Amino acid sequence: MNTPLRRVALSVMVMMVLLLANATYIQVIKADEYRKDPRNTRVVMEEYSRQRGKIIAAGQPLADAKETNDRLKYLRTYPQGPMYAHVTGFYSPQYGGRGLEWAENEVLNGSDDRLFVRRLSDLITGRDPRGGNVETTIDPKVQQAAYEAMTAKNFKGAVVALDPKTGAVLGMVSTPSYDPNRLSSHDPEVVQQAWKAYTAESGDKPILNRAVSESYPPGSTFKLVTAAAALQSGFDKNSQLTAAPSIQLPQSTKSLPNFANMRCGSGQTASLELALALSCNTAFAELAGKLGEDKLRAQAEKFGINGAEQEIPLSVVPSSLGDIPDQAALYQTGIGQRDVRMTPLQDAVVAATIANGGMRMQPHLVKSITSADLTELDTTKPKQVERAMNANAAATLRDMMIKSEQNTRGEGKIAGVQIASKTGTAEHGANPEQVNPHAWYVAFAPAEDPKVAVAVIVEDGGDRGLGATGGAVAAPIGRAVIRAALQGGG
Amino acid sequence: MTQPTTGGGATSTNPGLSTNPGAVPTRRGTELILLAFAAGIVTLANVLVEANQTESVTADVLWYGLAYLGLFGVAHVAVRLLTPYADPLILPCVALLNGLGLVMIQRLDPSIQEHLRALGVDERFVPNDQGPKQVLWTAIALGLFVAVLVVIKDHRRLAKYGYTCGLAGLVLLALPGLLPASISEANGAKIWLRLGIFSIQPGEFAKILLMIFFASFLVAKRDLFMHAGKRVLGMDLPRARDMAPLFAAWGLSVGVLVLEKDLGTSLLFFGIVLVMLYIATERAVWLVIGLTFFMAGCVIAYNLFSHVQLRVDIWLDPFADFFGKGNQLALALFGMGTGGIFGTGLGAGRPELVAFANSDFILSSIAEEVGFVGFAAVLMVYLMLSMRGLRSALAVRDSFGKLLGGGLAFAIGFQVFVVAGGVTKLIPLTGLTAPFLALGGSSLVANYALVALLLRISDAARRPVTVPKPRPQQAPIAEASTILVERPR
Repeated sequence: MNTPLRRVALSVMVMMVLLLANATYIQVIKADEYRKDPRNTRVVMEEYSRQRGKIIAAGQPLADAKETNDRLKYLRTYPQGPMYAHVTGFYSPQYGGRGLEWAENEVLNGSDDRLFVRRLSDLITGRDPRGGNVETTIDPKVQQAAYEAMTAKNFKGAVVALDPKTGAVLGMVSTPSYDPNRLSSHDPEVVQQAWKAYTAESGDKPILNRAVSESYPPGSTFKLVTAAAALQSGFDKNSQLTAAPSIQLPQSTKSLPNFANMRCGSGQTASLELALALSCNTAFAELAGKLGEDKLRAQAEKFGINGAEQEIPLSVVPSSLGDIPDQAALYQTGIGQRDVRMTPLQDAVVAATIANGGMRMQPHLVKSITSADLTELDTTKPKQVERAMNANAAATLRDMMIKSEQNTRGEGKIAGVQIASKTGTAEHGANPEQVNPHAWYVAFAPAEDPKVAVAVIVEDGGDRGLGATGGAVAAPIGRAVIRAALQGGG
Repeated sequence: MTQPTTGGGATSTNPGLSTNPGAVPTRRGTELILLAFAAGIVTLANVLVEANQTESVTADVLWYGLAYLGLFGVAHVAVRLLTPYADPLILPCVALLNGLGLVMIQRLDPSIQEHLRALGVDERFVPNDQGPKQVLWTAIALGLFVAVLVVIKDHRRLAKYGYTCGLAGLVLLALPGLLPASISEANGAKIWLRLGIFSIQPGEFAKILLMIFFASFLVAKRDLFMHAGKRVLGMDLPRARDMAPLFAAWGLSVGVLVLEKDLGTSLLFFGIVLVMLYIATERAVWLVIGLTFFMAGCVIAYNLFSHVQLRVDIWLDPFADFFGKGNQLALALFGMGTGGIFGTGLGAGRPELVAFANSDFILSSIAEEVGFVGFAAVLMVYLMLSMRGLRSALAVRDSFGKLLGGGLAFAIGFQVFVVAGGVTKLIPLTGLTAPFLALGGSSLVANYALVALLLRISDAARRPVTVPKPRPQQAPIAEASTILVERPR
């Protein structure tokens, strides 16, 4: 009976070899395919079982990880909800993420290289690996003032506040906002319903971050760029420009009028200073024509309006002048119409650059990155990008903006604080006369030693409809933000 | 490995020459060292689980390790006293598998509960304390293990109870199939006996009893099966009437399949009978006939029974119905894939996503957490266990022992193949569980009884024959030389 026994032993060995070969196939050859299969929830769960880092503003958490009893061990919570929704973004089991949650995902989930040492020690000590924290540059007072001012009248639009000296983003609001808590819920139904509501085609697209992911015609706020180009090219604030209430566009039958078809001041001509203060379209259109496309475009690019995407680290859609095929287009471009498109962030950068004596700073939203035990791993240093204009020209433009502020109506002026500003009332759409214009306001203060630069856009005229102007609708919001930044609200 | 190596082989091929029992090492020391080694591995596994799950390691694991060593220390002492010449590798292999199973079951307890609650399963159906229960079963199983060693002093005596065992086995096997489903059915298979809080699978015990019957029956009637009938295609076919036992086994397997919806037991049972028939007769023709029967059975089963078709469909493409019937196997494959070569680490994977992660699918749970490397190691331990059993069968001197030992050892290897093949999509799933690893009292107790029998057989294989002391030989006077001869005492 020994021969059959030996053969049986051989057959058992063959069976084991078959098992090993098959296991090799599954665990080595097909492993990657199985691991990456979207139906394989293990990888997602792994991500969730790790304690995600916090997003912090001035010491208070904007995004936190709360321990739960369900199988996704930590629930992402946003204590400040909609007010900070476009800073934090969201992080959802089904729909990925937005905002800093997405842009700084590697830090927050702990896989960033800067957390390598920490990961190594976690491995050795057997601690649960934890993500790093992201400390934002947001000033909660500024953020709150901006959010409350925008939501008080249910405005659609955005506010961006920068520290002109460093480029730090002090406030970034986009309204209408959304509640990121609903998207990070562990209840798939809650998340699905919220997602449906927030992304409805007919809705207001609350998830869209209007401050950086949407670009608008800047309207008269673009006159700052045109004025800067002029001051850099030999013009001064007394240079005389046309005061006509309306001019005909070159090689065209179309005419370009001033606001309400008014003359620019009382004289035959108007100084550059007066033209900016009164926001005369005809004067700036003519000025753009005199400067020529190249100078205007070069100046715009120095301010960062260069058609390039950037990251702050949220990705910012490009701002650009668009095509300028002829002189008529150049005239329109000079007053921020035609194909000029700017993000609210970019408009704030223009104001901040003038405030900073002509030096453009890199806008940034992240102040520092810390490990889970709050050891600082990386700090963002203020970065000079480019000198957009010389200090004298910048000072001149600042003074012109002070005059402009004095000519701007609207509520909320702050006693004892000198603001330099420019309003804009941007027409848009195929039929501009019938569509409510966007109301803009860009400003910085205090003018003599700027601490904050702000850009406000209220879409579609806010509560004023066709009669909306930047001064009436957007300026009060900008001033409220400035007040919060300088005086801590109130 | 099938060839006896010099150490053990010398005693088995030429045992009569050894007059001094001390000349054959009992190897019990080796066994003890290997048991301690197994305890070390199990403790290490416990440490890893704890480190991965709670971020800290407490001194408790040390006590678990010592308790484990104590439990198997008792088994070791029993072996030392009752089967001193038994194979030294069999018990440590079993202890290691059992220990890893306990670690895994214990580790999965909270995970499975959490998972089921998250799925909204009613609290009544959320199992609790499966780990501690399995420890209790281990103790009971080791008790039976010792009892078998005590009661069965000589495996050859079992041959006398062949028909009794056969009848008892048949009754146990058929019982669940004949009883009402309320007592015997769970999870689609009618293989249980639910007596109050206890549930046992009588089939597990029937397996051993029927093997004893078959061994004794085949040894007694061996010559019958050697008779040649017609010669067809170069093979000597047995006479038709001699095929009756094979028919009976085949019928029984199909009966199990029909009445109890238990593909695994059916397959296992038929495989064992076939192999024992082959060992007894030394004629490969039985395998050919058996496999023909098997194929026929497969075709009939596939065409007649929906549950067989279902298993085959799942096997062919578990991802076709991912959220339905193929889910369990698909998730197990995902788990093993995620584990990859080195695994997620014990306690760091998500094996609980797979239904029955601690019983039917414990091998895939292990493969997920310790990777291909660990899975291969576990398979090697099984292989070693089966090989040591087969080697003992090879070495033992009596036919009954050879046949029974061969059957028992093959049963372990074959069952592992059927189970592991099932969860890794090599063959269709059958619903058997991995011996010693998986959750389940009956299987554990029955398999310990099986191992006790194997140890008894291996003891017989290596034990020196105690022949009466030969009388000192008187050298013929003519050949007497002048060298100094010890004076006969």
